[in-house]
Amino acid sequence: MEAIVRQFFNFAIMEEAFPLIATGLTQTIVICLIVIPLGLAGGLAVALASLSRRRLVRWTVIAGIDFFRSIPPLVLLIFVYAGLPFAGLRLSPMTAVAIAFFLNTSSYYSEVYRAGIESVGLGQWDAARSTGLRAYQTLAYVVLPQAVRNVLPDLLSNTVEVVKLTSIASVVALPELLYSADMARSVTFNSSPIVLAGAFYLIMLWPIVRLISRLERRIAT
Amino acid sequence: MEAWPRFTETFFKWSVIVHYCPAIANGVVVTVEIAVAVVITGILLGIVLAFVRAFRVLAINALIVVFVDMLRALPPLVLILLVYFGLPSVGIRLSSFAVLWLVLALVLAAFAEEIFWAGILSIPKGQWEAARSTGLGFLGTLAYVVLPQAIRLTVPPLTNRTIAITKNTALGTVIGVGEILNQATTAESFSGNATPLMMGAIAYVLLFLPVVALGRFLETRFAWRRV
Repeated sequence: MEAIVRQFFNFAIMEEAFPLIATGLTQTIVICLIVIPLGLAGGLAVALASLSRRRLVRWTVIAGIDFFRSIPPLVLLIFVYAGLPFAGLRLSPMTAVAIAFFLNTSSYYSEVYRAGIESVGLGQWDAARSTGLRAYQTLAYVVLPQAVRNVLPDLLSNTVEVVKLTSIASVVALPELLYSADMARSVTFNSSPIVLAGAFYLIMLWPIVRLISRLERRIAT
Repeated sequence: MEAWPRFTETFFKWSVIVHYCPAIANGVVVTVEIAVAVVITGILLGIVLAFVRAFRVLAINALIVVFVDMLRALPPLVLILLVYFGLPSVGIRLSSFAVLWLVLALVLAAFAEEIFWAGILSIPKGQWEAARSTGLGFLGTLAYVVLPQAIRLTVPPLTNRTIAITKNTALGTVIGVGEILNQATTAESFSGNATPLMMGAIAYVLLFLPVVALGRFLETRFAWRRV
């Protein structure tokens, strides 16, 4: 028991590692502020393309979505960060993360949006168009607000996944939350910094996870 | 015309492909082994937890909810590093393969429990009452009436979640599990060429594209039936 406390809940070490881990936390938040809006915007664009009336466009886009959903994000990230330099394209860790995350998360977000848009009845389109709204206005003022509300739990849970996913940026030496914690761990030979980082993830994400559970239950009944 | 040869030389160099094919194939075997172990144990544990939760014992349910929430909120890589580097110093020594399997199975169990529980809740109360009135006990009702219906509802979300978590086997490379990504990055640094990374990516697509397509099929099929 004492060994567990010393190894995982060593407050002296946590205190020492705190400044480093706090800068990591800032970096994680910066990554989130870049990749979440990119993924939300890219996902919407991809979703609209995947609902195209042209069969060729639709199938190409859906094949692309499934392609990027079948590659683990870490593989994508390492490919972009370590593979592209061989072709003469050297990217900073942050750019590599932004590109790899964009490809991965916009595929996942697009599926959520698509389910949402499909859940809004066609009659809504017809009614909105007949009032004189243009197609893009119908989409922006009538369909999307309802679509987003219908799939809000999925949008949120996808966003939680994106925030969790930022931890893989540590593999390409981007000094985010997990990277800083792991640096402190390798210096102190003690796991308490990782526990502290975990606590930060919990503080950020636990409330959202709880909220998702509630929203899902409400929609189920 | 310069660009194309350079591209193939960088990402599809034939001599590199031939030389590292066995290594990547080994990686595929390891990935499939972990994936199968994670899927079976994770989903079974998820069912057991949901089953236990159905008894609605307050203290036990609180524990289950805390377990599930924590595993849903923590990045799997945090858990992997915690278990891999932390447990040996408290006297528990696990291979990196076992650590990856343990963490991913627990994460899948947490998500699966949540999905099964939502499925159980979605079965109308009348089903419980009708089953009980035929003389079935609580256990019989749960096992023969509620769970069979609940599990059917959970197939599409569970498939997608299982795929996402199984893809996390790539995280094993961080602690040195010899799965596809690990073999690919090792081969890349030995050969000084990006071809092995391309091979790894293609291996993942070959492995996972069929299941992703299956998930899409299940989703549309079940959505159609519900309406």
